[in-house]
Amino acid sequence: MSPTLQQLMDAPAPASQWVLEQDCQDSGLSEAVVRQSMLERIGEMRRSIERGLASAAPSTTGMVGWNAKGLWDAPDRLNAPLMRRVQAYAMAVNEENARMGRIVAAPTAGSAGTIPGALIGVADHLQIPDEQLVMPMVLAAGVGQAISRQMFISGAAGGCQAEIGSSAAMAAAAVTELLGGTPRACVHAASLALMNTIGLVCDPVGGYVEVPCVSRNAFFAVHAVSAAQLALAQLESFIPPDEVVTAMAQVGRMMPLQLRETAEGGLAQTPTGLRVTAEMESRR
Amino acid sequence: MSLLDMIGPVMIGPSSSHTAGACRIGLLARALLGTAPLKAVIGLHASFAKTGRGHGTQLALVAGLLNFPPDDPRLPDALTLAPTLGLDVEFNEIDLGDVHPNTARLELEGAGGERVSMTASSTGGGVVEVIRVDGFRVSFAGNSPTLLLRYPDALGVIARVASLIAADGVNIAALGCTRQKRGGDALLVIELDSPLSEEALAFLSRWQEVQWLRLLPSVMDGGAA
Repeated sequence: MSPTLQQLMDAPAPASQWVLEQDCQDSGLSEAVVRQSMLERIGEMRRSIERGLASAAPSTTGMVGWNAKGLWDAPDRLNAPLMRRVQAYAMAVNEENARMGRIVAAPTAGSAGTIPGALIGVADHLQIPDEQLVMPMVLAAGVGQAISRQMFISGAAGGCQAEIGSSAAMAAAAVTELLGGTPRACVHAASLALMNTIGLVCDPVGGYVEVPCVSRNAFFAVHAVSAAQLALAQLESFIPPDEVVTAMAQVGRMMPLQLRETAEGGLAQTPTGLRVTAEMESRR
Repeated sequence: MSLLDMIGPVMIGPSSSHTAGACRIGLLARALLGTAPLKAVIGLHASFAKTGRGHGTQLALVAGLLNFPPDDPRLPDALTLAPTLGLDVEFNEIDLGDVHPNTARLELEGAGGERVSMTASSTGGGVVEVIRVDGFRVSFAGNSPTLLLRYPDALGVIARVASLIAADGVNIAALGCTRQKRGGDALLVIELDSPLSEEALAFLSRWQEVQWLRLLPSVMDGGAA
């Protein structure tokens, strides 16, 4: 049975160790195997970041493909290297995804850039080695489990709030633990991130995981880091974390089908969205 | 979902439900057939039919049928590779009624005349649920080794199968049985914590009442080893 966020918050520090023990009891896998698999996944994420930052090749539709490299190569006008790194990493992964490259779904492919963008971006900024990202990654997965008690974590099920909202919450908890946050701070970081995605629709142009997905990952990776910053400074989500999840799930169920990955609403139905979709149709 | 399903699978993009999940559906259908399929007729329902092309759903389903895992770099070329690997595929759009929008029905035929029909849904994050096998309603996710057994409904078969599994030192995680009618054909689906031994399987397949039997491997990363 998946944990609740309250259970995660009450767990002895670090929260990730409790998550790992619970899951291994459930799956029968050893802690060493799960830790090793997570380390390998971090390696896969890193490789997709490297490929994505180096490539400007267009995706299948030609709507995306050069954004990560463009940002990475551009001058840092804000002199905010952490933000630029987090954004570029997140887009690099999602552009690889849009090119049908190899990525790690986290928790889904459409939201695959948020966690590596935030966690690996912060780690590289602070020069923290990959081995120290394993347990924060386990905690991210535990937060995903807690959310999925109430809601399928896909845009088709609950809109983008369920998909990228979940990945942002997972990333926020992971970054908080990486920087020494208590279980309480980690869960509040997740909660703060999630409560500020409620209502977000899933409206991919033409039904492709490209627009707005690629830039959305960049935005929500920064959003996750921002939530971690608040939580590490002892700020808390006023609404208890599990109630935030319930609210998100309720909004997801109220959301019309047109706004849940069907490309029948939102950005997908703009004149440009429709024109691009028609061009795709005629090309196939 | 296990931790390794949450951070994972490692996969070829662009969509965990349309691509990785679809690939796992193909893998499960191939395992059900028990051999390499020569011919596949694939019906795509709702969202699989509508937005599948942009997500590589067709490529991924065929990749699974060709035994390519979700992270296989050949996945984007699966439709081109299929004929060269001896698989003939036909797609059509179907309405399966009130099922998950990401659902496909696969009808497969093998070289020795083997046939199987499987319907499965991809429910998000690469997780799948098989909902029909050869007309029988079922529900299993392929996240642990799964035994399927077809036999004419008779007294005590389930008990005998369960004791055999226990004697093999394997724990049962879930068990479901559907039959067409009393005394008609029955399908037993048993999800296991670990695979059955070769000996137990061979012994089981020699039972007179067993018409058909398959042990499907786990297709999920977080499943039992």
